[in-house]
Amino acid sequence: MKFGVLINEGPYQHQASDSAYKFIEAAIEEGHEIYRVFFYHDGVNNGTRLATPPQDDRHIPNRWSELAEKHDLDLVLCVAAAQRRGMVDEGEMERNKKDANNIADKFRISGLGQLIEAGIQADRMITFGD
Amino acid sequence: MLHTINKSPFEKDSLSTCLRYADKGASVLFIEDAVYACTKGTQFEKAIHDNHGDIKFYVLGPDLEARGLDNSNLTTNIEIVDYKGFVKLVADNEKTQNWL
Repeated sequence: MKFGVLINEGPYQHQASDSAYKFIEAAIEEGHEIYRVFFYHDGVNNGTRLATPPQDDRHIPNRWSELAEKHDLDLVLCVAAAQRRGMVDEGEMERNKKDANNIADKFRISGLGQLIEAGIQADRMITFGD
Repeated sequence: MLHTINKSPFEKDSLSTCLRYADKGASVLFIEDAVYACTKGTQFEKAIHDNHGDIKFYVLGPDLEARGLDNSNLTTNIEIVDYKGFVKLVADNEKTQNWL
C-alpha cells in the first residue's frame, strides 16, 4: 500500500517528527511504499543540514537523509514555508539572491501541489504535527 | 475510520471532540502525550468506557513506555499496539483523521 506522510512540526520541539520517522520505518518494514513525505509549516526545519545536536542525541535531519538514501524516499519541503524560515536550496539561493544554502541531502523544495498529488496518488494520508 | 489523538486530555479537548464526531465502528489510537487519556482513575475513564462498545481504543506502546507507564496503569478496554500495529490500523482503515 502507498502511504503519504505530512509533517507539520519542526524537530526537537515536539514529538511529531520522531513519531513520523518511527511510523515510516515500520511501514517500510511491513512492505508498504512511502509515496512522499511532505514537510509543511515548521516541519521544513527538519531539512537543514546545519544542525549539530549533542552527540548523544538523535540527529533528526541526518536521520531523514539516511532513511531517504536507503529507501529512496521523496522528502519535500513546502517552498513558501521554507522561504519564511530561511530554508534554502541552490535554486532558491540564486532566485532570492542569498549568500548560502542549507538544505540537507535528499530533501528538495517544491510547492503545495506535491502535497495534493500525494493525497491523490497515495492510498493513505497521515499527518503528524503539534 | 481511524482517529489518532496526540495531546493529553488535560491539555486539549481533542479527545472529547473526537468522540463527538467518531462513528460507530471507528477506531481511536492514542499516541504521544495522549496516552495519558487511557490511564486509570482520571475524569476521562468514563468517556472511554461509555464508548467502548461502539469504538475500539488503542494506545501506542512505545509512547506509554517512554512515559514510565505500562499495562498496569491502563483503564480497561484499551489495546496496546506497537508501530507495526499503528501502520496496520492506518492500512486497515480507508481514512485517518489526525486530531492535532
